[in-house]
Amino acid sequence: MSAQAATASADASPQTQPLTYADDAIRLFTLGTVAWAFIGMTAGVFIAAQLAFPWLNFHEWINFGRFRPVHTSGVILGFGGNALLATSFYVVQRTCQTRLFGPQWFHIAMFWSFQLVLLAAAASYLLGYTQSKEYAEPEWFFDIIITLWWVAYLVIFVGTLIRRKEPHIYVANWFFLAFILAVAMLHTVNNVSIPVSLLSAHSYSVYSGVQSAMIQWWYGHNMVGFFLTAGFIGIMYYFVPKQAERPIYSYRLSIVHFWALIFLYIWAGPHHLHYTALPDWAQTLGVVFSVMLWMPSWGGMVNGIMTLSGAWHKLRTDPIMRFLVVSVAFYGMSTFEGPLMSIKEVNALSHYTDWTVGHVHSGALGWVAFIAFGAVYYLVPRLWRRNLHSVALIEVHFWLASIGILLYITAMRVSGITQGLMWRTYDENGFLLYTFSDTVAMLSPYYITRLLGGILFVAGVVVMAYNIVRTITGPLVARTSSPAAAASPEAGLTPAE
Amino acid sequence: MLNHGIIERSTPLMLLLILLSLIVGGSVQIIPLFKVESTIEPVSGVRPFTPLEQIGRNIYMREGCYNCHSQQVRPFRDEVDRYGHYSLAAEGVYEYPFLWGSKRTGPDLARVGGKYSNEWHAAHLRDPQSVLPASIMPAYAFLERPLDYGGFEAHMETLRFVGVPYTDEGIAAMEDDIIAQALPEVGDSGALRDRYAGAPLGPFTGNDEEITEMDALIAYLQVLGTMVDFSTFDPETMLQGQEIGR
Repeated sequence: MSAQAATASADASPQTQPLTYADDAIRLFTLGTVAWAFIGMTAGVFIAAQLAFPWLNFHEWINFGRFRPVHTSGVILGFGGNALLATSFYVVQRTCQTRLFGPQWFHIAMFWSFQLVLLAAAASYLLGYTQSKEYAEPEWFFDIIITLWWVAYLVIFVGTLIRRKEPHIYVANWFFLAFILAVAMLHTVNNVSIPVSLLSAHSYSVYSGVQSAMIQWWYGHNMVGFFLTAGFIGIMYYFVPKQAERPIYSYRLSIVHFWALIFLYIWAGPHHLHYTALPDWAQTLGVVFSVMLWMPSWGGMVNGIMTLSGAWHKLRTDPIMRFLVVSVAFYGMSTFEGPLMSIKEVNALSHYTDWTVGHVHSGALGWVAFIAFGAVYYLVPRLWRRNLHSVALIEVHFWLASIGILLYITAMRVSGITQGLMWRTYDENGFLLYTFSDTVAMLSPYYITRLLGGILFVAGVVVMAYNIVRTITGPLVARTSSPAAAASPEAGLTPAE
Repeated sequence: MLNHGIIERSTPLMLLLILLSLIVGGSVQIIPLFKVESTIEPVSGVRPFTPLEQIGRNIYMREGCYNCHSQQVRPFRDEVDRYGHYSLAAEGVYEYPFLWGSKRTGPDLARVGGKYSNEWHAAHLRDPQSVLPASIMPAYAFLERPLDYGGFEAHMETLRFVGVPYTDEGIAAMEDDIIAQALPEVGDSGALRDRYAGAPLGPFTGNDEEITEMDALIAYLQVLGTMVDFSTFDPETMLQGQEIGR
């Protein structure tokens, strides 16, 4: 850290007494991240297996149609949500040099209520309660609870920002704030529905047809854009410079790409509705803004990866750094592929096929999961003041996960493009060459490959869970030599410029 | 760039500017869609779902069928050949919410109505692989259990509240209409079809003892894509031109 003294102006602020952070809930959210990584991804492996082996649909509760939302909610809200809560609460305290707003018992109550809602929502899908909107499946009563919970999250976060001791709001917090505000808006607007009665679990959306489709994909796309992108860029802006012990590459770039990203992302939703009954002008806006989005996305990637300049050797020696940087590289790939797939002519082929599934998973596994894993490995030794049990096991995790992703996304792209081309193939007499069944029959080897990739990825999560359990049950490190103490000055967070 | 420090130093200012950035895009794309005459083509034939079809739709949602089946035919030669006329916005006006889907693990269902017999659907739902050996669809034999439609009037009233033009008379006749559609030999299918033109009639599953969940689901599948009278549809009259063909 001493190498950073020159840039670490944030440390200069005098502190009369040592600041203690409110970290109890953060420890819980960190464990929640690991637990939901296992639950959500195992659910994914199960539904992948159902596609390869349909006899696994042996009971109505666990049929593919009811189980898929358990996977998507488990990974996005469970794994992603816990990771965002742990990191945003951790980062906002360190970068504001102040304690988290509100009493600790309240933060802990936030944790347990979140897990309870997640589990109850998952159970409700299996029992058949759903609004049938992708990534917004929970019924009306869950939606009300989630709204109240989210307002509490906003209050804690903004309350902490307001009480900051630093004059500037650090860039990671801009992204966290945008993510919290955007999700509040998306969730509220998309879930407006009228329950059949106050005692009925069933409700009807107030939107129908085209309007309902547009609002749902405005929601769906921006859950990706803000929950899985802006929030996780917030993670990148703290943990990459900290782990690299280097300042952020460019402060100007972070300003430009932040405002461009949050302004442009909101417009891109209609690319999920190309060639549907949605009016053409809306589809065209969706394409134009999706393509423009490529630039701010790569602005973030450049800022993340170039932060490593001068410390490239760490990629070889530090597996945590490798998780973080490979994650940002995947972010770059996904945000190139996304605009490509939003172009109508490409979308005509890719939409409704496994190509989309492959694209989503290169983002979810490569970007979201990798950066979250990197953050978890960074956090655990500091939060529990213990040395990591095994760096070698992080290496094992990294390679299991990397091979898993490779199998997954290769299989899905090949199967998706193949099936998409088969659907539109004509014979010499002008008839469709393949029945739909023909195009399903050829998928099996790809589905088995994808399943294998998923199993490897989950195996990596199991290795991580073991490593973390061993770490937190290991011997306490004396404060002076603990990584937490070494890390407490916010070195490396001051921009180079 | 130099002035960005002003924003970075003020939480309320940053909050406000983020909110402004977020509101623009959604507003521009969503609000004009509620100007219905420019969004939805004038065609005739689209009617509210019968009670049995709406219950079938709820079962379709409950089972998560939308995870694997789209309901939106795109205006491409191959899709029109495979599935039928491309989907119109007008066909979705009583769909609360839309079920267009995003993935075709199975085929599109927007125009599946009337393509197969009731018997085919029942056999396929009981054991998909017996009809289509390559199918990877789960079996839905468990849907052959009594349909619980008690109190569905409250659902119809909720749907009326959000915008479906059910009449008092239609809501009062909920049970009669369900029986008439599922068991036309028992009920008055004439009265049903007066209220809901062209409603597909049972028997759907070959079970004339009781009405099952499978009856409702098949009734819904059999009405999909059959409502619009395409003799009244003229693409030229549409304010928003659809692209046709590639």
